[in-house]
Amino acid sequence: MRVLPRQLDQPLLRPAVEPGVGAHALASPEQQATAPAFSGSTGPEEADSYVERHTMADTAKPKGGGTTRSTGGRRRSRKDSPSNIADEQPKVLLEYYRQMLLIRRFEERTGQAYTQARIGGYCHLNLGEEATIVGLMTALQERDYLFTNYRDHGYAIGKGMSPRSVMAELYGRSTGAAKGWGGSMHMYDTETRMLGGYGIVGGQLPLATGAALAISYRGGDEVVMCQMGDGTTNIGAWHESLNIASLWNLPVIFVVINNYTGMGTPVEASSAEPELYKRGSAFRIEGVRVDGRDVLAVRDAAANLVERARSEQRPFLLEATSYRMKGHSVVDPAKYRTKEQVEEARSNDPITAFEATLEKAGILTEEAKQEIADSVREEVADAAEFAENSPHPEVSTLFDYTYATPVANESRRMPADPVFAE
Amino acid sequence: MSVITYRQALRDTLRAEMHRDENVFLMGEEIGVFEGSYKITEGLLKEFGERRVRDTPIAEEGFVGAAIGAAMLGLRPVVEIMTINFSLIAIDQIINHAAKIYGMFGGQTSVPMVIRTPGGGGQQLGATHSQNIELFYSFVPGLKVLAPSTPAEAAAMLRAAIRDDDPVLFLENLGLYNSKGEVPEGDETVAEIGRAAVTREGTDITLIGYSRMAMVAGQVAEALAAEGISVEVVDLRSLRPLDRQTIVESVCKTGSAVIAEDDWLTYGIGAEIAASIQEGAFDYLDAPVRRVAMAEVPMPYAKPLESAALPSVESITTAVKETLNAVGRRVG
Amino acid sequence: MSEIYMPRLSDTMEEGVISSWVKKVGDKVTTGDVLVEIETDKAVMEYEAYEDGYLVKQSVGEGETVPIGAVIGAIGESPDAVPADSGNGGAQPAAEPATGAVDPQPEPAAEPAAGIPRQAQAAEEAEEAEAPAPEGPARPRTSPLARRLAKEYGLDIETITGSGPKGRVVRADIEAAAKQRQEGAPAQEPAPAAQPSAGAPQGAFDDGRASEELTVSNVRKVIARRLTQSKQEVPHFYLRRTIDAEALKAFRAQINEQLESTGVKVSFNDLIVKAAATTLRLHPAVNRSWIDDKLLQHGRVNVGVAVAVDAGLVVPVLHDTDKLPLSEIATKSRELAGRAREGKLKPQEMSGGTFSVSNLGMFGIDSFSAVINPPEAAILAVGAMQQQPVVRDGEVVARNTIALELSVDHRAVDGAVGAAFLKELAEILESPMRIIL
Repeated sequence: MRVLPRQLDQPLLRPAVEPGVGAHALASPEQQATAPAFSGSTGPEEADSYVERHTMADTAKPKGGGTTRSTGGRRRSRKDSPSNIADEQPKVLLEYYRQMLLIRRFEERTGQAYTQARIGGYCHLNLGEEATIVGLMTALQERDYLFTNYRDHGYAIGKGMSPRSVMAELYGRSTGAAKGWGGSMHMYDTETRMLGGYGIVGGQLPLATGAALAISYRGGDEVVMCQMGDGTTNIGAWHESLNIASLWNLPVIFVVINNYTGMGTPVEASSAEPELYKRGSAFRIEGVRVDGRDVLAVRDAAANLVERARSEQRPFLLEATSYRMKGHSVVDPAKYRTKEQVEEARSNDPITAFEATLEKAGILTEEAKQEIADSVREEVADAAEFAENSPHPEVSTLFDYTYATPVANESRRMPADPVFAE
Repeated sequence: MSVITYRQALRDTLRAEMHRDENVFLMGEEIGVFEGSYKITEGLLKEFGERRVRDTPIAEEGFVGAAIGAAMLGLRPVVEIMTINFSLIAIDQIINHAAKIYGMFGGQTSVPMVIRTPGGGGQQLGATHSQNIELFYSFVPGLKVLAPSTPAEAAAMLRAAIRDDDPVLFLENLGLYNSKGEVPEGDETVAEIGRAAVTREGTDITLIGYSRMAMVAGQVAEALAAEGISVEVVDLRSLRPLDRQTIVESVCKTGSAVIAEDDWLTYGIGAEIAASIQEGAFDYLDAPVRRVAMAEVPMPYAKPLESAALPSVESITTAVKETLNAVGRRVG
Repeated sequence: MSEIYMPRLSDTMEEGVISSWVKKVGDKVTTGDVLVEIETDKAVMEYEAYEDGYLVKQSVGEGETVPIGAVIGAIGESPDAVPADSGNGGAQPAAEPATGAVDPQPEPAAEPAAGIPRQAQAAEEAEEAEAPAPEGPARPRTSPLARRLAKEYGLDIETITGSGPKGRVVRADIEAAAKQRQEGAPAQEPAPAAQPSAGAPQGAFDDGRASEELTVSNVRKVIARRLTQSKQEVPHFYLRRTIDAEALKAFRAQINEQLESTGVKVSFNDLIVKAAATTLRLHPAVNRSWIDDKLLQHGRVNVGVAVAVDAGLVVPVLHDTDKLPLSEIATKSRELAGRAREGKLKPQEMSGGTFSVSNLGMFGIDSFSAVINPPEAAILAVGAMQQQPVVRDGEVVARNTIALELSVDHRAVDGAVGAAFLKELAEILESPMRIIL
């Protein structure tokens, strides 16, 4: 049977896992009883954002009960709405807004530069994921480590890397984050502990697990966050890494960005359990699903898991649902999406929504909005200008990064060079 | 000076390095409670505890990748992959990650780790457990690949591998674990990675090998010496970087070369050696470079078939003599 | 339209020279017509058309050398057919039909038959011809090391015979040649025919001797290669004996008198050739070859007669010499020698020898040591007939004598065996009636 792309406005094809079935039968009643409760207020059913959890306790009772909404798309339960906006510091909220807008404008500029052939290779944008990124990054401490997949520009900026070094890396310049060696998929910065965007799907999972192992080995209190897309939950590295992380009690948060489309394949067509946050249950890893369009919901869910991972020394799984506003990469016209789906993605623009919320709450004035827009535009223009004016790496540096420890007989042969000079 | 096995040399070195550096720890399948499939890590769990001698699930991609991640944060994991055949499950982590992280991120983070793994055939382990695929790793810049052939070399090279800041694939061999050799007591020699060694000087022909084949090459040379044939033996020791200079210098001296390799011939390690020789010693070659390599079949189980498929003292001797005949040395 | 390729016209031929085009472009050609004369390494050969039509192209000009398999011209259906241009004499993969079976390791047939060693050699060389023809002129097989050393020693590698597989010149050959040159002696060694010093150093044109490099013919190269090989590989030993030729002289006069009406004239050399054949029949242990660690006993007695020609030296072979009447040996020798001087010997007329005779008597040479013509086991060097004082019945008298010297391959023939052969030969020549009995 061919599985058709899921209409975004319809519920997931697969129903919730029934009690006592499969992996969900693993937990004992004792575990249910000791399963920590998620702290968060339950908001009205109609609220635009949600948080959904899957704990060991869920394995012994009907999941979600009758809370699944018949309208509005995703199955939702136990809503943990964002903290009351009134409880937040306006300054902080505006900073989130600014960060989101910065990523938006940065990625738009990136797309433009790509079409102008200033950027080469593959180029995957974070358009539509701004709330998720800012929410996640806000939940991390500076000392925490981040591993991501190849859709990494926004995360790099969110983790604290300068837009200049990210854009210069995209331009392949020597001033780039990785000195022009990585490109779009390989942002990296030891300073801000952004330990890499990785181009191989799933490649970052064992690495992040190992980073958490190093923390555990040394008795450190850092946490590792490992971001990935929904398609990654099907690769072997996923299973091996979650198993090891849980087995060895490692402080790592696996974050799945579920935009429901792995390149062009719907999540239901690739994952036997499309409710991805539940997929940690085979490893006794607690999973939480959060609305990735809601920066505060994401922040709260992530912060909760990050701090628990830190204090409890164990891994967690966070699924953030999101809309990908454009194709898989800059060159993907995304023809597999219907007009309605595109329309829905647009209407679910997290920035527009957050802007409206802030305006409604009187936090974002017209003046502030303009000021932020200007400063962001300036920052992005500066990044692009910096990249444009930066030098290309010298060919003489070609052999500088093959080995960290110099070694005898290392090859420094250029393509046309003889192996032995006459 | 004491005579110990290759296995003992590895174990002693691991123990000493773990005492020397708190960041050194071991990971692998069955290395702790079971004390290692080939008993290299015998006694180490008792001595160092679970934190530093870590049994892993059967998940090569997962635990090799985890070792890489731990190395990125400055630890010095020494991973054991039970045999090199199983490294295929971890090959994405080894080639796409361990080998790339230092360069791909502009030299910001090195990956100081060691993957110890034995290759070898001849134990009737069949097609999937008798391969010698070190070539796959030797092909990749960013990795260092070592292949010691004696206990002393194994110790000095493992020491070098652990102290090196790059990912090192450390090739062992099932057929060498019980081989014995002299290792100076209290020896602290740290081998220089990237150097081959002339392990026996000779004038008539150069015989090149690595790992088990270097040992066999030594046996062939010894036997031929009795017939008045002077064979120079080159032990490659480091497959990447490859010490072409030492190889070529030897061939320039003798004028002919035979390469013994435990892998398949086509595109094999020997092909690279032969190509290097023709480029570096073209005007010194008196005969075509000869390769002795495994028959190009999935390794059969049955003993007569397996023995026939593997290079041996006899087949190498034949190749050496035929090459000598080709340059006018009439030998049996 | 079909292309004409440089044919393989001898067992050792690797390249050929267009000696002359018999047909001109536009000429009508009928199957069997001679198209072109080709100089191989051994002779000038006529090459005939295999189909009817017109010669539409000569890709290789007269005097030019191309490897076997190279296109030398084309035959079309009409005089003005446009040849598909495949370049001027560009080498084609030699789809050249190999002569003889292609066996990677040709084993000489167990059954003794004449010419076996040649066949074995031919098969081996046929195998070489299976490989695509090289782009440039064919080169002798040489190891890179041998080439470098030859350069360092100032030796012309093409004059050195290889001892490696398929005749590859290897270091040992160069070092031997260099040593030989240093010792000097063998350079003056007379061969089956007068032989210029094959080992003479080349490439030293600026040493004040005002030397100039001469064009070397294929025949010259083959001579050089084969004789070098012989002196390097074959352990020669030499046996000398002077015969009393008075009886032989009388016998010859008597025979020629009887043959006068036929116009046939028997030479001393013919008598010696026939005597050698008769002796070989009596001493088969000399009619042998040592090839690749194998000893072959030849069933036929084929005596080669060295002939000096302008290009150098050729050795036409009288097959079944022992069975030929003296008169036929005389006629045939003359006829072969004549064609040898014209370069028109067929390859088979130079193949299959089991023994050679080289005679420099006409130059007044007293005696000399000849170089064995491999794979033959021996060669007889014949000096001039001259009067010598000899003791007969206690008296010193003048007698006509001839000095014989037998060069023998010690691998195939031991000293006593060779000596017995020479003793018998001498006795036959001194009692010449035995020659024809």
